[in-house]
Amino acid sequence: MLKINNLHAGVEGNEILKGINLEVKAGEVHAIMGPNGSGKSTLSAVITGKEEFEIAEGNIEFNNEDLADDSPEERAHKGIFLSFQYPVEIPGVSVTNFMKTAINESRKAKGLEDMPANQMLKLIREKAELLAIDRKFLSRSLNQGFSGGEKKRNEIFQMAMLEPKLAILDETDSGLDIDALRIVANGVNKLKSKDNAIIVITHYQRLLDYIVPDFVHVMHEGRIVKSGTKELALELEEKGYDWIKQEATV
Amino acid sequence: MAYTEEELKKELETKEYEYGFYTDIESDTLPVGLNEDIVIAISKKKEEPSWMTDWRLEAFKAWKEMQEPEWANVIYEKPDFQAISYYSAPNSKPKYDSLDEVDPELLDTFKKLGISLDEQKKLAGVAVDIVMDSVSVATTFKKTLAEKGIIFCSISEAIKEHPELVKKYLGTVVPQKDNFYAALNSAVFSDGSFCYIPKGVRCPMELSTYFRINQAGTGQFERTLVIADKGSYVSYLEGCTAPSRDENQLHAAVVELIALDDSEIKYSTVQNWYPGNKEGKGGVFNFVTKRGICENNAKISWTQVETGSAVTWKYPSCILKGDNSIGEFYSIAVTNNHQQADTGTKMVHLGKNTRSTIISKGISAGKSQNSYRGLVQVNRKAKNARNFSQCDSLLMGNECGAHTFPYIETKNKTAQIEHEATTSKIGEDQIFYCNQRGIDTEKAIALIVNGFSKEVLNKLPMEFAVEAQKLLEISLEGSVG
Repeated sequence: MLKINNLHAGVEGNEILKGINLEVKAGEVHAIMGPNGSGKSTLSAVITGKEEFEIAEGNIEFNNEDLADDSPEERAHKGIFLSFQYPVEIPGVSVTNFMKTAINESRKAKGLEDMPANQMLKLIREKAELLAIDRKFLSRSLNQGFSGGEKKRNEIFQMAMLEPKLAILDETDSGLDIDALRIVANGVNKLKSKDNAIIVITHYQRLLDYIVPDFVHVMHEGRIVKSGTKELALELEEKGYDWIKQEATV
Repeated sequence: MAYTEEELKKELETKEYEYGFYTDIESDTLPVGLNEDIVIAISKKKEEPSWMTDWRLEAFKAWKEMQEPEWANVIYEKPDFQAISYYSAPNSKPKYDSLDEVDPELLDTFKKLGISLDEQKKLAGVAVDIVMDSVSVATTFKKTLAEKGIIFCSISEAIKEHPELVKKYLGTVVPQKDNFYAALNSAVFSDGSFCYIPKGVRCPMELSTYFRINQAGTGQFERTLVIADKGSYVSYLEGCTAPSRDENQLHAAVVELIALDDSEIKYSTVQNWYPGNKEGKGGVFNFVTKRGICENNAKISWTQVETGSAVTWKYPSCILKGDNSIGEFYSIAVTNNHQQADTGTKMVHLGKNTRSTIISKGISAGKSQNSYRGLVQVNRKAKNARNFSQCDSLLMGNECGAHTFPYIETKNKTAQIEHEATTSKIGEDQIFYCNQRGIDTEKAIALIVNGFSKEVLNKLPMEFAVEAQKLLEISLEGSVG
């Protein structure tokens, strides 16, 4: 599904990613871990096409198509979803209205008519239930005055609504208390299928207790320096990142 | 990747003012320039009684002594008032009994504007009094209205048919000498709308008028007078579009609202005059005086969506004369490219327990300048007056400006006045967030702007709100690269 080949990318000539190779297949869950500043969030921004990042070398393929020429919205239409680390506020735009617009814009891009209102309503109800979101929440302005937990839950709600092929969860666990973490993780697990894939970016092992990865990658200074199975995450939790850093410099 | 400079340019060029076409209809136009003879000639062409001619001449005399105001936060080349023709009427007279008789080309124009009359008749239940180049061409729903005793016609017709009402109220809220443009309008107004709602009658439909400038170089001087008699209610809609022109067109309208005891007038405007091209060439000068007076327990509510004009100078105001009267002002003003807007309101509290609300949303993009200017005045006898003002500005890009000039004058200690103001900017992060959800940049801007303007959009009648949202979208196209 996703294939990243020797990716070098950065901002204004400042290289942050220094040769990333990663392959994610349908049905897989990958975790990307690593210390602050190792390039994890940059990687998600480059995959989703954020403009200020430039690719200097290498490429990203999604379902065997090079993404280089696709705008962020085109990538979204193809089924790439990012759960933001810091979701932005849009005052005056309700969660419902935002989702309606997003769904219909994607449909428009595929040459489909707008989703009929009753179908939309049904979908919203179903997905809201999945994440234990009450109706009042849906009428609030997007992310405005939301608590950290509400913001993250709202991100996963959007993921549920948009049914992406590839979901990147960028530090979805940060700012969540243990109950919220469980709800969010359960939501993600219910959305998991053999046809989609998930990349979980996190500092900590604790999210991976709930969303169990098939593979764990450790990033350091713009490279994936170690890959393994979920045991690697446990090892990191125990030993910290220093041994990885040392190993990488050797 | 998204938007190269080249693509952006192409996009902009293909989306020039979408109503920028010109209808070739023979017009009856007076020679350029302004003097007493022209004023008399206009009055004569309109077959007006002599009291009206005298009223115009009085205004003209006052205007000659007046100076064009310069206090507004706008810069433009002053129009040459002697280079304008002050009267132009479409030729296909007399008026029609049915739409079939109307000049097909004119009907075609309406269709391009998306306001086909027959459709409107069926769909919205809106009676439309269309003012095109100054003369009313068609009035619908007159019968339904007449059954309730409601008068809705052109002001010229009202002068002839209902002189007692016009004489009694014309110029009582905006006197001839009120200001430079109001005086000019009083002298040369060509046409406009008149509306009278009798005592205790609730107008069963939204009344609406579409204005449109069509003849090259003709200024438009509309005059509107709305009278809500005791205990009545009316909602009035005014919408404007104008074709592209290279030279600046002058529009100096006067609107007077009279809300007698216990009545309510809701006046909504969607203004979309040609704003000039992206270099700032051409565009309409919109110098408007709008004011209403509220008697006891009466309410006037102004809602406006201003997206057009090169220069806007407009302050829909309320004189809260009666006790317990209410004034409201809800405004969205959008400026893009080189547009300049100086708009706001005046709330003058004279009566006891008077209340006013001001919600102003300014959106600036391109190299435009957007100013809110508002006055809240509480007079000595206005015990327990209350005002709440909120002015929010939204900026797009780094070359535009937003300004707020709130004036508060209070002479009564019991007054409660609140003022809130915010300024924000559409962030790249907001846009990217929308993009990531599959929403392209233009749609994202529209979404953010609509969210920002929501409190005001909600005040518009349904069919107008939809049109207004579309207009916001059109006005801001290509404003973020």
